[in-house]
Amino acid sequence: MEIVAEKKKQKNMTLDRIIDPTLKKTPKIEVTDAKVWYGDFQAIKGIDMNIKTNAVTAFIGPSGCGKSTFLRLFNRMNDYVDGFRMEGKIKVDGDNIYKKKVNVEELRKEIGMVFQKPNPFPKSIFENVAYGLKIQGIKDKKFIADRVEKALRQADLWEEVKEDLKKSGLALSGGQQQRLCIARTLAVEPSIILMDEPTSALDPISTAKIENLIFQLKEKYTIVIVTHNMQQASRISDYTAFFYLGELIEYDKTKTIFTNPEKTQTENYITGRFG
Amino acid sequence: MNSIQKNRWKDQAFKVWGILCTLIGLVLLVVFIGDILIDGLQRIDWSFITSLPSRKAEKSGIYTALIGSIWILLLTTIIAFPIGVAAGIYLEEYAKKNRFSGLLEINISNLAGVPSIIYGLLGLEVFVRIMNLGASVLAGSLTLSLLILPIIIVATREAIKAVPSSIKDASFALGASKWQTIWHQILPASGGGILTGVILALSRAIGETAPLIVVGALAYVPFAPSNPMDEFSVLPIQIFNWISRPQHGFIENAAAAIIILLAITFIMNGIAVYFRNKWQKKWK
Repeated sequence: MEIVAEKKKQKNMTLDRIIDPTLKKTPKIEVTDAKVWYGDFQAIKGIDMNIKTNAVTAFIGPSGCGKSTFLRLFNRMNDYVDGFRMEGKIKVDGDNIYKKKVNVEELRKEIGMVFQKPNPFPKSIFENVAYGLKIQGIKDKKFIADRVEKALRQADLWEEVKEDLKKSGLALSGGQQQRLCIARTLAVEPSIILMDEPTSALDPISTAKIENLIFQLKEKYTIVIVTHNMQQASRISDYTAFFYLGELIEYDKTKTIFTNPEKTQTENYITGRFG
Repeated sequence: MNSIQKNRWKDQAFKVWGILCTLIGLVLLVVFIGDILIDGLQRIDWSFITSLPSRKAEKSGIYTALIGSIWILLLTTIIAFPIGVAAGIYLEEYAKKNRFSGLLEINISNLAGVPSIIYGLLGLEVFVRIMNLGASVLAGSLTLSLLILPIIIVATREAIKAVPSSIKDASFALGASKWQTIWHQILPASGGGILTGVILALSRAIGETAPLIVVGALAYVPFAPSNPMDEFSVLPIQIFNWISRPQHGFIENAAAAIIILLAITFIMNGIAVYFRNKWQKKWK
């Protein structure tokens, strides 16, 4: 985690993210022969994959293909699942995040996550966004307020809620709640954002807003998104990975996957012939 | 009679039967409380509450027993609340789910069903004799703590289980540690349920008699306890003592003391319901 710690330092000095141009060339996440078991069931059957910096990578595939499990490997959210066992290496910025001495909490500050169902805390809008900072022990009220505003602006929610930041996050609409969850993630200033079907519970207008947001965010962040929606994957992602039965079937530029896939399985899935 | 009529008839019959069964319980309770009120209500006044026990029924009061009960209640809360809640949190959030934790779980549920006199015997041996606490308020409180710990643990676990896992996920994903997640999210969300369970457990403790008799609580103490090592009596024992006297005056005293004990229990249950409702409103 040295690089992560180093970057943290930089971040604290300047507040604004410095995008190192050399990082763009090396993959943000490198996965080597990842295998996952839940008890006796093998959910991931040996996947190698590189995920590129400052791009949107979409994971597609039928339900139960392991794409969500795979996504949750990157911020170690599977650690709490009973019977979870993992083999292989996952490097983020060159560091294996499954090494013994990795600080999982530090890792998750670097790699944010947005969930399928909007899940704001039963607290005020302000407290929702400030939570990630407060648990880091930050007490500077001005600093927190600035970050909250910045995050809400980035999540395109500021104008709608700036008058009632004290209102409960649960009082917002579904789409607003999901943008609140994105703002909450952005406030911690991660470099990677994982999204697990972030729009599947939302109406088309809210979905469009979030897609728009993802488009803006990829300038600064590396985004990995699981989606069941083919159109969504083709609209917003730069790279697409197709999973089936715990294996990575095909992974390429989104354009290539959707216009000229190499494998017939991929073609069958994206044209809707199965899954 | 065709089958539809038959079913309808069965339906009606069961409804009537159900009403009867419900009424039996209610009617008995009303008769009991009514009887107690008739016997005891006119005996309740300020001097009844503030008088020491006496050989004369009309001079006798519940002061020592009431103070004893309050002491027991406070100490039991101080001992059982943190231990029970902590154990519940550990079992729900930290303990690995394996055969050992499964065994632990079954045993805790079983402990909640062990007769209270058994706890009394345990308290007598461990607290009174081995730890040499004597027949003190502290020994009694420790014994009652053991008795209600399983109830508190089970209630805490149920309350924590009811917190949606999406909230935990969100907290973890933002870099919160397990403890931060428990402190900032799980406990506030489950606090109402935990508090309700604890208060109900305590209202059971305040009515317990058998284990305290075994531990050595006295039927007659000349003074109210003033520290945890003092000898003590409690309301249920005082009631038991009065009822076993032949004079009518003491029967009235017993009825009056029962009213006070019931009132305390009802108030505690009321507080529990109040907290539960208040919390539910806030968190939903």
